[in-house]
Amino acid sequence: MGTARFEDLAVGQEIPPLTKPAVDRLQLALFAGASADHNPIHVDEGAARGGGLPGVIVHGMLNMAFLGQVVTNWVPVGRLRAFATRFAAMAYPGDVITCRGRIAAVDGAGRTVDLALTAENQNGEVLLAGTATVAFP
Amino acid sequence: MTDGILGREYPAHTFEVEKGRIAMFARAIGETDPVYFDAEAARAAGYRAIPVPPTFAFTIGLEGGSPARVIADMGIDKTRTVHGEQRFDYHGPIFAGDVITSRQKLVEDYEKKGGALRFLVVETHMTNQDGEAVCDLRTVIVVRNG
Repeated sequence: MGTARFEDLAVGQEIPPLTKPAVDRLQLALFAGASADHNPIHVDEGAARGGGLPGVIVHGMLNMAFLGQVVTNWVPVGRLRAFATRFAAMAYPGDVITCRGRIAAVDGAGRTVDLALTAENQNGEVLLAGTATVAFP
Repeated sequence: MTDGILGREYPAHTFEVEKGRIAMFARAIGETDPVYFDAEAARAAGYRAIPVPPTFAFTIGLEGGSPARVIADMGIDKTRTVHGEQRFDYHGPIFAGDVITSRQKLVEDYEKKGGALRFLVVETHMTNQDGEAVCDLRTVIVVRNG
């Protein structure tokens, strides 16, 4: 983890992408418990349909956790200063999520880098569009 | 109705960050980095204890009822809510063994698309057992009224 050198970084560079295994219902159940997000729309088909959804949806925060991993696979977690995303589209069981990051800004004085982040599904549809700020020693 | 809710700070909630919970969370997201599972690995990586993954602070907030209490107090059915945006500003690390105090506040409430969508913005401020600010969260909840 975290072998990138600040001096080697430039706007436009991409960090190594991360493709997660297909999200399954077991993972949604485990994440509901582990994360304390007990909204039934993530585990109960009836509740999801009753709420006007086509079926259970993946927790937005599970997708954001994947997006965090593409960053922390690149730099240690302690270097994160800010992390934000917009949830642009929903993910469903069976989706394969790929997370990407690109350097959007380099602050030489502050020794920080801003990343533009996306998480997309197997059809290339953008589910999350985010940003992160990471610090370098 | 937001009378008495908009702008009001909810009572603080404290949550002890247990290493087992961090490991459970890390497994659930498919994380395999040993720093989240093994104190020795964490120390070898330069941390004073097992750190939390970047989005774990949201779970600390959920344990304190942020943003669920705001949603419930406004009489909104949570099956009609989805997460619109989420932001974390990290001011300091959170480690296993820390006791985190969360304070949440509804800071914005507005509608779009002629009322078909309602947006609630909840901010949650977190401090550790030493009173140090560790994280600020900004959560945008979208309520589908249609």
